[in-house]
Amino acid sequence: MRICVQTEDFDSGAEIIRLAGQSNGVGAVNSFVGFVRDNNEDTHVGSLFLEHYPGMTEKQIEAILVEAEQRWAVLSATVIHRVGELKPGEQIVFVGVASPHRGDAFDACEFIIDYLKTRATFWKKESTPDGFRWLETRQTDVESADKWKQPT
Amino acid sequence: MNIKIVLFASLRETLDSDGLAFEVAPASTVASAIGALGASCGDAWLQVLSEANVLTAVNHTMVDDNHVLVEGDELAFFPPVTGG
Repeated sequence: MRICVQTEDFDSGAEIIRLAGQSNGVGAVNSFVGFVRDNNEDTHVGSLFLEHYPGMTEKQIEAILVEAEQRWAVLSATVIHRVGELKPGEQIVFVGVASPHRGDAFDACEFIIDYLKTRATFWKKESTPDGFRWLETRQTDVESADKWKQPT
Repeated sequence: MNIKIVLFASLRETLDSDGLAFEVAPASTVASAIGALGASCGDAWLQVLSEANVLTAVNHTMVDDNHVLVEGDELAFFPPVTGG
């Protein structure tokens, strides 16, 4: 698995090629890229500041990828999450999964981004015309993550 | 015993601190550390860190208020996460 928390931008195409090249058993690569929007809750967003907890964040992402590998046929997985100040239109996050077949690649990729949003220590602060505001957890994100819970 | 307190995001800004070296009684829990922080750093700390949605981690693992601390622990407080 490949985990990067970085300020620099990333090249999604290069990441997909890297995932596909991990083995000749790869039949499908599914990827998700998140971008900064210029609006949120009817307010213009001038920029976004992303903070994380160095050390803990990477550990949490690793735990999410390990769980994905246990639940689906994952040959290789990549998470790149940017931090620092980002402008509308910039890429924030890349999730990529290589699997033998598309079903596992789709499901594992969606699982990883849903868990990233609700379980990894990142925080977003928006710059709006009224000043800075820290984002609050969206209920829809919690519901998206809850659908992956397994009966215990 | 000595522990390290770290704060993130809105908590760091509200309390105007990214953390501190702190001394608590041996076998303190997270809850008692919050009480001691309030007594030492001011009521605002007690109020902010006692809010229901505040999350806590010790040495990069999520814990609850009953978790017992040991010498050298890194105790982190932060709001619900909003990444992705």
